Formats: sequence, structure tokens, C-alpha cells
Amino acid sequence: MVLQSSFKSCLPLSCLLRTPRAGFGGAASGGLIIQSLSNDVYQNLAVEDWIHDHMNLENRQVLFLWRNSPAVVIGRHQNPWQECNLQLMRQKNIKLARRRSGGGTVYHDLGNINLTFFTTRKKYERMENLKLVVKALKALRPQLNIHVTDRYDILLDGQYKISGTAAKLGRTTAYHHCTLLCNANKCVLSSVLKSPYKGLKSNATPSVPASVKNLFEEDPSLTCEMLLDAITEEYATQHRIDHHITLINPTDETVLPGINDKSKELQTWEWVYGKTPKFSVSTCFNMIYKDSVLNVKVHMDVKHGRIEACDIDLPQQWLPPALCSELVKSLTGSKFCPNETTALSSTLLRICPQDYELHSKWNLLCENMTMLM
Amino acid sequence: SKYACVFDKSAFNFSHQQRLFRTSAVSRGQIVQFKLSDIGEGITEVTVKEWYIKEGDSVSQFDSICEVQSDKASVTITSRYDGIIRKLHYNLDEIAYVGKPLVDIEIDASKGVAPEEDVVETPAMSHEEHTHQEIKGHKTLATPAVRRLAMENNIKLSEVIGTGKDNRILKEDILNFLAKQTGAILPPSPKAEIIAPLSKSETVPTAPKDKARKIQMPVSRPIVFSGKDKTEPITGFHKAMVKTMSAALKIPHFGYCDEIDLTQLVQLREELKPLAQSRGIKLSFMPFFIKAASLGLLQYPILNASLDESCQNVTYKASHNIGVAMDTEQGLIVPNVKNVQVSSIFEIASELNRLQALGSAGQLGTNDLTGGTFTLSNIGTIGGTYAKPVILPPEVAIGALGKIQVLPRFNGKGEVFKAQIMNVSWSADHRIIDGATMARFSNLWKSYLENPASMLLDLK
Repeated sequence: MVLQSSFKSCLPLSCLLRTPRAGFGGAASGGLIIQSLSNDVYQNLAVEDWIHDHMNLENRQVLFLWRNSPAVVIGRHQNPWQECNLQLMRQKNIKLARRRSGGGTVYHDLGNINLTFFTTRKKYERMENLKLVVKALKALRPQLNIHVTDRYDILLDGQYKISGTAAKLGRTTAYHHCTLLCNANKCVLSSVLKSPYKGLKSNATPSVPASVKNLFEEDPSLTCEMLLDAITEEYATQHRIDHHITLINPTDETVLPGINDKSKELQTWEWVYGKTPKFSVSTCFNMIYKDSVLNVKVHMDVKHGRIEACDIDLPQQWLPPALCSELVKSLTGSKFCPNETTALSSTLLRICPQDYELHSKWNLLCENMTMLM
Repeated sequence: SKYACVFDKSAFNFSHQQRLFRTSAVSRGQIVQFKLSDIGEGITEVTVKEWYIKEGDSVSQFDSICEVQSDKASVTITSRYDGIIRKLHYNLDEIAYVGKPLVDIEIDASKGVAPEEDVVETPAMSHEEHTHQEIKGHKTLATPAVRRLAMENNIKLSEVIGTGKDNRILKEDILNFLAKQTGAILPPSPKAEIIAPLSKSETVPTAPKDKARKIQMPVSRPIVFSGKDKTEPITGFHKAMVKTMSAALKIPHFGYCDEIDLTQLVQLREELKPLAQSRGIKLSFMPFFIKAASLGLLQYPILNASLDESCQNVTYKASHNIGVAMDTEQGLIVPNVKNVQVSSIFEIASELNRLQALGSAGQLGTNDLTGGTFTLSNIGTIGGTYAKPVILPPEVAIGALGKIQVLPRFNGKGEVFKAQIMNVSWSADHRIIDGATMARFSNLWKSYLENPASMLLDLK
């Protein structure tokens, strides 16, 4: 016992994370509470990946606490065009991330707490985790009317969602993470999670919209720190460990070797957009050109985030057919991405006949195509 | 396994061998149905969301096979066996059932998996016990194939560093370990075996021959390189660039290069940098290069022109929209600064800041990327001195700027001084631009930059 307590204070974090036997507490319990020093959604998701891939959780479970600066996080098998307003996010500089767990889309900012419960696959038990959270919150504010639904949401006053859940199961380990709305920006949340998209057909997992509320609205004396404190206290009690939180830097390769490659991967276009299940877009838009309104019909099949097939239906002879088919040919195989399309279309202009009117028409069409992405 | 025993017997009886070959061919392709294991929480069905393999692919134990989803949980299903995927039982988005076959895997019979073995994956614990080797309290993960390779080469797994997932030892790790050994482990090549016994039997008088025979052939180590060629289609922006560059090839280019002494400009920029900073703008050398080019174009407007497709007409462009080549994630993008002819150096610097910010975010718009009339490429920021830039149609000229180097030069008095030298390489369309025009433009541009005060005289 004496040896174990000295381990607690002297052992470098890297050893804590690797050696299974150097855990504290008995064999049945044993836990570790870690909190991220970063607010970068990709770095924090990378920590989850790292723990999932590298830690041995047989004798010890882990609770990971993290918060992100404004970001929208979609589930593993979701379609970002369907789930959120990408243009608004680009304007407001709100990041888009795809996590590895399933479930729906959430908005994160510093007023939202993320909790990840790591266990072995055998000990994967979401209800228990959520009950722990509810118990902690009720211990803090007994008057809170909160309960866990059978969809693993936590509702306030029977109607407002304050927490959503998702999970990832691997070969030997599993994790269950959930959000907790303390004081997030509800205005931004609702505007950003509403997709203006029409004509999108997809088998991607849809999100189930819900009315949300911040705990802060229920009780203005509550802060994120208080909630975190209450939850970690309850976790420590249940796992029979000290109420001690280890801070972790998600860019430190000495503690988490390979972590920076994981964060990089989560930021690649291939992961964020390219992992979208196959979908198709059938839509039309109006273009105004020199006092006339033109109706354009577009159909695109998108697979792995790339345009597999593309069809643009323009009013006859508005653009020379050769030019129109050149655009369609160039878009085919290209990323379903506004930057790619802009770069592509402006480059192609260099080899088009140098006619001012032609160029204006081309630019107008391409800009509208870009708006679809 | 029982098939291995039968093989041994075959060495004695030829007819037996033939029969045995036939039976062994059947045993080689043993198909095992890999069933979907328990997900937990009483879940009985899941949706297949992504396949990581396809029929015909070979898999190793622990490789990911597919991703399934159930009620907000995404589950990675990994293979229990080494083998070849022979059948996928579900398409994407279909419902898969726990306990029912997910994929059929053809297993190599020598791996010793009995066909009647219960293939429902029991909780990971027992599975790991099966494949773990407890050595000094360490658990080493390795597939049976890797284990066999280690055993065949007398390698202790505990001495090998695993680079796979969960520190698993991969085949590459064993081969790397072998490569580090100095040949003692690898079996000697046949030639060495033949020579060695002979050298022992030779007597001293035939010493020269003896020596020759004693030379052992170098043990040939199997060179293992598991890299594969990768072919991918050229799409999107890159495809457009291929077309543009092919068109550029049709332009007869000629080149003209020179050296510019930027000593005075370097000093001037140092003085102006804090002033620009106080206005919130980062001042580089480019705004000076761009403005000087525009002043030059006022004297030699043919360089700011465009030749039509039939080469019948030249259009002299009124605006000096000077393109600046930018290296972004997508590749080489060329946004342009519009109407440099009526812009101050500060305004140009401000525009450049805006374009650079958009460029690094990959958010340049159509207007910024089209309408260019003349281009400067500052390749010197990456490195290099002289270059041979390619003209971007429909333009007729382009300049590539090398890096600024500190070099010794002679001044008017014949003294050596420290000069800040930059090289410029121009390319121009020889159909409408001749060498003299290019040279004179370059000299004018050079004089403005070598003596910045002279720009004041001609600034509009």
C-alpha cells in the first residue's frame, strides 16, 4: 500500500498510461481521471483514439474530460451536408470534425463538457455511466429534475436534452462518450445544426433533432468547473480511487507517442468529408444574368466525397455545349468541395476562348455549383 | 495437425503421395464462417456501414473487417483468422445479426484450425490468452504466422520490438530484427556449404588453391521490400492544371535572366516595415516587385497583352492584374492583384495579405483567381536562383524570382562590398515578344528596384 501511494506521486504520466499494474486501488476497481489541456477538437479526439488503441484497461478504467472551442462534431457514418450549415460554419470559423463513434451531430463550445468513459469491451455499460453523471449532478443540486432516457439521453424537466451519447467498440476496448450542456451558445448551436440542403438522398445516419437547454439556465450559479468537480468526485468514489485529476497535453509525443499523427489524420479531407457514405444531390437553382432568370438543374452522385457522376441541365445554348461538357468532365472525379471546384474552374478558364461574356457566364455557373458544396 | 502427419508418410510411397496431394489440395481451401460476435447490452442486430475488405482480399488476424453501427455505437469487427475473404454476407446498410455469419474466410490448413471449432468470438480475454506469450510478465502479441517465422529463425519474441497495434509484433519486425543480425541466423547459401568441407581436406602445398576455395560466397540475405506501386487517377484541380500546362507547351518560350542588386531596397523595406505594421499590414518585398513590374508594363504594354487562339490579333490589356504564384495545399494557385497600375505599394501589400490569408485557408474566390494579365513567381522563398518558368495562358510573360543572397560585388571604385543579390528569370511568348523588348523591360524593372527612389519619379 505504501508503495502504491508513492507511485501515485512520483511516476511519470507515460508510465501511468502504459503499465497496467501500476494502477491505484484494488483489482475490481481502479481508475484514472485525465483532463485535456487543449481545446482543439482534433487533438482531443486523437487522445480518445490513442487511449482506445494503446491502453490496457483490464485493471483500470479511465475517465477523460475535455472541452472544445467552437466545433461541430458529426458521427462516424453521417453526412455533413445533411447535418449542418457548412457555409455558415466556414464564415464563423467553426471547425468540422468527424468522430469515430456512431450517433448524431453535436455542437461543441467551451460551455459544453465532454466525458469519455474507457473500459474493456466486456465492461462496456452506458447506462451505468450515465447514472453516475446523474447521481453526481443531483448530489450537487438536489432540486435538478434530470433523468436518463432509454435512448441514452439525459433530459431536464422531462423535455430538454442536456446530454447526448455515442460509443465506439473495438476488439478489446470500448468507450462511451457523452456531452453535457452547461453554458453553450444555443443561438449558434441551432443555426449551425440546421442544414439548408435540399434534394440530398443518402443512407447516412440521420440526427434526431431535440430541444436543448443549458444547466446554467436552470441554475445560474452552476459553472463547468463545478460540474466537472462533481462528476469526478462521484467517479473517484465509485472506483475507489483518490479524487485526483491528471492533466494531459494532447501534443506531447513523449507521453502519447504517435498522437500528432492521429490528430493530423482526423483533420484530413479524406477523413472528414471522404468518409461520408454514398449520396446523391438532385436540385435546381436560379441564376440571374443580364435581366434574365435562368433555371439550372443539377444532379450529382458523390462517393467517398468525390463526384462520381455529374449532370448539369442548362438552358439551351446559354453556354457553348463543348464548354459545358468540359465542366462536367472536369467535375467528375473531383472532390465535392468548394475550394477544389473554384480552383478547377478558374484554371480551366485559361484555356477557354478569351471572351468577356463567356467568362462571366462561366464564373456565374461555377460559383453557383460551388454553393452546392 | 492430421494433414501434416500424412505428408510425412508420403515420402516413402509415391502412389500414396499422389493421392495425398489431392486430399491436401482440398484441405488447403478450408472455408470458415466467421460469425458476428456479441456486441453487448443485449443487442441482436446491427447495420453494416463500411467494409474494409472485399472478396479476394487476404486478411491477418486482428485486421479490421468492417464497421457496424447499432444505436449510436460504432463497432469495429476484426478478423479472428489469417486467410482470404471468400464471401461477404451483407451489403452496405443491410442489417446483420449477432451469431450469424458475417464473412467466409478461407484458411490455410497448416494453420491448424479445426473446422468444427466454435467461431463465435468469445469475449476478447480468452482470445488474447490464446495468442499471448507471457515472458517475464510481458505479453507479446503476434499472429501464429509471425510466431512460426520467429521460431523457424530461433528468435525470441521478447527481444523483438513490435511496431503494430498494441505493440503487436508484425512480420516486418521479425525481418528487420533478422536484418540487424550478422548472418548467423540465416541459413547459409548452398555454395558456401559445398566449399567449406573441401577447404578442410586440402593440404598446405596447394595453399593458393586452398585460399581460393576457402573464399566463402557472401550469404545472400533475402531483400524484403513490401512496397507496392500505387496508381491513382488525376482529378479535379490537377486535371485542370494538366490541360493548362499542355496548352502552355504550345507557346514558344524564350528566356532572359538577370541579377538584381537589392541592397538599397532591403534597407528601404527595413525602414518601412514598422510603418506598415502600425497600419496592420505585413510588408514583404513582393509589393515592390509588383509595382515596379507595373511601371515597366506602362512602357512595354506588349508584355501585358494576350494573343488570340488563331494568332491573328493581340489584345493589349488595360488593367495590370499581376498574378502572384502561391504554394497551397491544393498545389500552385495563382491569385492576382487587380489594377496595380493605380495602386500604391501599401495597397498592394494589403491586397497580398488578404490573398495570402485566403490562400492558406484554401478559400480563394473565383474573382481572385481569374483575370490575371502578368505573373510573378517568388520561388526564392522555397529556394533556388535561376528558373525556367512556364507562361500561364492567356498571358504572354512570366517572371521567376530567386532567393536573395548576400554576395561580394565590386562597386564603382573597384572595392568589394556586401551586396544583396537576387536573380530573376523571365519567360516570354516569342510569337509576339522579342528579346530586345524583354531585355529593356527587365532593365527598367531592375533599375527601379536597384534605385527605389527612381520609382518616385514615375509613380502615378
